[in-house]
Amino acid sequence: MIRVSGAVKAYGATRVVDGVDLELAPGGVTSIIGPNGAGKSTLLSCVARLLELDGGTVTVDGLDVHRTPGDVLARRLSVLRQDNHLTARLTVRDLVGFGRYPWSKGRPTPDDERHVVEALAFLELEAFADRYLDELSGGQRQRAFVAMVLCQGTDYVLLDEPLNNLDLRHAVAMMRLLRRAADELGRTVVVVLHDVNVAAAYSDVVVAMRDGVVVHQGPPSQLMRTDVLRDVYDLELTVHHLDGRPVAVPVL
Amino acid sequence: MLLAVAVAAFMTVDARGAWAFVLPFRGVKVLALLLVAYAIGVSTVLFQTVTENRILTPSIMGFDALYVVLQTTLVFTIGSARLAAVDPHLRFGVEVLLMVGFAGVLFRWLFTGARRSLHLLLLAGIVLGVLFRSVSSFLQRLIDPNEFAVLQDALFASFNAVDTELLGVAAVLVGAASVVAWRGRHAYDVLLLGRPTATALGVEHQRAVTRVLVVVAVLVSVSTALVGPVTFFGLLVAHLAYRVVGSHRHRHVLPAAAMVAAITLVGGQAVLEHMLGLDTALSVVVELLGGLVLLSLLVREGRR
Repeated sequence: MIRVSGAVKAYGATRVVDGVDLELAPGGVTSIIGPNGAGKSTLLSCVARLLELDGGTVTVDGLDVHRTPGDVLARRLSVLRQDNHLTARLTVRDLVGFGRYPWSKGRPTPDDERHVVEALAFLELEAFADRYLDELSGGQRQRAFVAMVLCQGTDYVLLDEPLNNLDLRHAVAMMRLLRRAADELGRTVVVVLHDVNVAAAYSDVVVAMRDGVVVHQGPPSQLMRTDVLRDVYDLELTVHHLDGRPVAVPVL
Repeated sequence: MLLAVAVAAFMTVDARGAWAFVLPFRGVKVLALLLVAYAIGVSTVLFQTVTENRILTPSIMGFDALYVVLQTTLVFTIGSARLAAVDPHLRFGVEVLLMVGFAGVLFRWLFTGARRSLHLLLLAGIVLGVLFRSVSSFLQRLIDPNEFAVLQDALFASFNAVDTELLGVAAVLVGAASVVAWRGRHAYDVLLLGRPTATALGVEHQRAVTRVLVVVAVLVSVSTALVGPVTFFGLLVAHLAYRVVGSHRHRHVLPAAAMVAAITLVGGQAVLEHMLGLDTALSVVVELLGGLVLLSLLVREGRR
């Protein structure tokens, strides 16, 4: 259970996250959507303790993320950010191996090696395992980073816009993968997304944010309504049902 | 292997006079050079890791200039006579402590906050370096000429005129710093991934970086006290080490950097001092090469 209560994060006078209360049950895929500047990524970073809060608390399974020792939390919660700039030249296998650091502290056991192999297989990266990251395409790189995060073996996996820079094919593959991580591996996946239709198609729960607060939370069927979407995006969207799936289309 | 050859060359080539004199005389010098090489190599690699770049080094960021300022200020405020009365080992200890304190505060502030642009940091480093040097030279101008002479003696050590008096303390300090550094070797690998990822993997970033900066401050104090400021040697050595090792792992890179530094320094000194009969040239050669490396790195970074 991820519980956010009264979370506030301000940059100067601007409160990017402005008093968020949120409960996310374990299991499944949860998407956080909303217009640019709604505070989605900031909230995710606060939950992942990458940013300090200016008010409120975040707990994961009852552990306050900003008070719990980093290595304890790193075995429960992993996070992938948007930009992943690296100074060192790493192979895919090295990078994925880093995911085991919270467990191995740099001395990998056979069990850790097994996790790495499994993560590489899960992301279909075996063929690239010994290639350097700077020799890979954007989609392959992104998959390598996701493999690292899954390899960390945490119950909770947070991802900040993992579809950025991915074309349609890779975006769909990535979403299917996150779905599988939730269904087959039993992970709790929380993902910040831009595209409301993608969120609706692959999530169990959608959290909609606007101006630093949560304006809607519920299953996709409740979100995909013209009046709800108007509140979120300030935009007229017509919802069509194609093959039983809701699709929001902007009115021209 | 290479290192052994270099040391042997340094010890024996062009040795005139009694061996009983030459060996201890040069031996002490070799020890000092090895210590300096080790300190510079290790501190540069660690510094580049925690600052997440491969261009900045402690000396480019003004670490050794800071040490010079501290020493100048000490002579200026306390006076060389009273300073000389203090046990040099104790004095050195206090200087290192001050250095660690100042560097800790100053550079922690620069490096633990939000990720800053490399060029901003480089600029900050150059400005800080100039500031430190200006303050030193300002104080040196105000100082009594006799005191200045004492100060100059302390500051203008070089590869040829190694300050051997402090060798013992220096070795102890370097040893202690190394133990601290070596224990964190796995965490440093993780720090290479950047602050957010390192945090996500459970490394307490702030604490780890502070620890490394303290280690770096100690190592730089030692090398500056022994041979004076050398700006680009660390850069040169670190990049050679990255090339040689080809792995990101600090348990390989750190020893390699120390090795490369030792070979370059002792070997270079042996060739220049004893074979070519030149005197102050090694630092000049190193600075020239290192400067070129820095420029090429900056140009490459700019193109990306």
